[in-house]
Amino acid sequence: MDTSTLLAITAALAALAYVIGRGRSLSQAADIGGIRKLNSLPFYYGMLTALWCGLPALLLLVLWLIFDEAIIQALLIESLPADMRDLGGSELGLLLNSVQNIANGNSAGITNPDLLAAGQLLVSLRENSQRALAVVVLSGGLLFGVFGWARIRPQQKARFQVEAVFKIVLLLCSCIAIVTTLGIVLSVLFESLRFFQTVPFFDFVFGLDWSPQMAIRSDQVGGSGAFGAVPLFAGTLLISAIAMLVAVPTGLMAAIYLSEYAGSRIRSAVKPMLEVLAGIPTVVYGFFAALTVAPMIRDNGAVLGLDVSSESALAAGLVMGVMIIPFVSSLSDDVITAVPQSLRDGSFGLGATQSETIRQVVIPAALPGIVGGVLLAVSRAIGETMIVVMAAGLAANLTANPLESVTTVTVQIVTLLVGDQEFDSPKTLSAFALGLMLFVVTLALNYIALHVVRKYREQYE
Amino acid sequence: MMEATVESTIEQSADSLVSRPATGERAPVAEGETVGSPFVDSPKMAMRNVDVFYNDKQAIFDVSMDIGSNEVVSMIGPSGCGKSTFLRALNRMNDTIEGARVEGSLRLEGQDIYDPKLDVVPLRARVGMVFQKPNPFPKSIYDNVAYGPRIHGLVDRRADLDDVVEDSLQRAGLWNEVKDRLNQPGTGLSGGQQQRLCIARTIAVSPEVILMDEPCSALDPIATAKIEELIAELSENFTIAIVTHSMQQAARVSSRTAYFHLGKLIEVNDTERVFTNPEHELTEAYITGRFG
Ligand SMILES: Nc1ncnc2c1ncn2[C@@H]1O[C@H](COP(=O)(O)OP(=O)(O)O)[C@@H](O)[C@H]1O
Ligand SMILES: [Mg+2]
Repeated sequence: MDTSTLLAITAALAALAYVIGRGRSLSQAADIGGIRKLNSLPFYYGMLTALWCGLPALLLLVLWLIFDEAIIQALLIESLPADMRDLGGSELGLLLNSVQNIANGNSAGITNPDLLAAGQLLVSLRENSQRALAVVVLSGGLLFGVFGWARIRPQQKARFQVEAVFKIVLLLCSCIAIVTTLGIVLSVLFESLRFFQTVPFFDFVFGLDWSPQMAIRSDQVGGSGAFGAVPLFAGTLLISAIAMLVAVPTGLMAAIYLSEYAGSRIRSAVKPMLEVLAGIPTVVYGFFAALTVAPMIRDNGAVLGLDVSSESALAAGLVMGVMIIPFVSSLSDDVITAVPQSLRDGSFGLGATQSETIRQVVIPAALPGIVGGVLLAVSRAIGETMIVVMAAGLAANLTANPLESVTTVTVQIVTLLVGDQEFDSPKTLSAFALGLMLFVVTLALNYIALHVVRKYREQYE
Repeated sequence: MMEATVESTIEQSADSLVSRPATGERAPVAEGETVGSPFVDSPKMAMRNVDVFYNDKQAIFDVSMDIGSNEVVSMIGPSGCGKSTFLRALNRMNDTIEGARVEGSLRLEGQDIYDPKLDVVPLRARVGMVFQKPNPFPKSIYDNVAYGPRIHGLVDRRADLDDVVEDSLQRAGLWNEVKDRLNQPGTGLSGGQQQRLCIARTIAVSPEVILMDEPCSALDPIATAKIEELIAELSENFTIAIVTHSMQQAARVSSRTAYFHLGKLIEVNDTERVFTNPEHELTEAYITGRFG
């Protein structure tokens, strides 16, 4: 019986437990004068019985799945002849690998009878394990289910207990998100620390030269590489600034038009279109930038006598700006719409025109929220990868000229980690350091932005 | 009907005054006709046969009445009867509501305020509005009051603006409470103070008519009393139309009272008459609390 069948049977068992538990509470209620004499509704007694049955079964299943591989392997090694058992770690690993292969049915080319026997053993161990698992899980569920069923009393606080269990489940789910984040942060942090053991922190943060070509073997020529990240930060800033120059005015004005001027018909047509813009995968924007916008800028630049590189910061920034427009406009639209109508009425009632009202009452009232939205947009621009990978190039130029090619933190992370890399050279480790920087900056931006937005919400209840 | 001139309607109203019994038994009232004395001599605002629609739904039916100079008119009636709608029609605030449409003749000193050529900006400066919920702008107390004079370019020099702000706050009875914190946000004041700030903001543009839509319904009794006092003082210089759900308030502040019912204007009479001896049975039913 495989695991999914087992799960299905456990679920059926729990459902059965629900029905029986509910029935028991009902029959107990009948003896003492109706459902109202029960502490909780029959539903909760059923639920509690189901939980008593299902949770232990599930727990047993999980524990078994975690440990059975290790136990089976230990038994397997035990069965091997002594000379094989005494082999070192990696060779033993190879042997076990071929045993696995035999067990999975492709024993082609393997003739060693010990290994074949071990393969047979593995197959039977696995079968036994599955069978034992089924027995343990189902009997466990049954046992605890019966226990729960037997505990049902009219005065039992079933609702309270069920809700406590669900509260714990909810808590566990939220913990998963937090723990995962924490794990990611810690792993990035530790790898970065390893990087900073070879490259000093200040050389990294303030260095002006980025050429992460580290010699992999000590006898290799090619120097020691330079890990000054300033050109990357500058490139990121340049592109983000161009993007914001495009996105903030356009997005804001679109939001003002939609929330203040557009009739409901235009609004209901344009808003979804903007949202479609937000749904385009960034890689599509990326080739739009690389194949359409960049050559266009280069050709137009040539007409004006400007020397535009074919992968320019301008192209990447413009397209990224377009990508962020719906983000800015929908966030701004939300905060502008949240400005109470009474403020507009007050302004109109004094004889202000619509544009006076918007400029002097609505926008100032919405400003904190808009600033928060813009900060979130900046943090998106900084973290954006695909467009810059495709359109901005790889050359780590330290320049403020948007017509030159620049590179960004995210692009470098991608290029450093793509392909076969050893994960202990400074070259790959530097990607983690860059990631850490990126993370810290966007975290700070998001924190400030959310704080600002929340403050703003409080202002209008 | 829309062309009914002011003179002819005044005659009409004089007619109706003599033809109806002053006290005692109520005469049977014709369907859809306003009883009492809806019209006055030389009115500040004259409304004739006003209908207001929200899209296809009619909220005001054929309302005709006058608002006299420097009088306080209160408008009462069960909620949803169209008091706010009618009040908002008086300075074209309904323009800001999508689908709202006003028909009929509404004149401010003889000038049609729904004339397509008329600019609403000066109109709303002449007919100001105070709302149900205090709605100070998220600006300083000073800037709240200075907002109107600034957008209308009423003053050139900062010192003049200071004077206007002080004068308006004085007249709204708020000056002593806020003179030391004019630069603090208006939203930080108490509800009653906020509402008086909104009144100061409105009178800073020197309107001729002030429309008030339940200005005290969000306030406690003490703040309410202050506003009512203020209304009495303001009536020396301004014409005031106030919507209220409190009959006591109408009785205290207004000289004439208009009773609305389901979008129709049922009765307009001297306030005292309305509350002691209403002419229409619906009015009586309302003031004696049979519905509300
Ligand atoms: N913006 C609007 N859109 C559609 N109908 C409205 C709107 N405002 C008010 N109404 C309707 O018009 C009628 C009168 O409303 P209103 O003037 O607010 O009444 P009152 O102020 O006397 O309580 C009500 O039936 C109300 O539902
Ligand atoms: Mg109202």
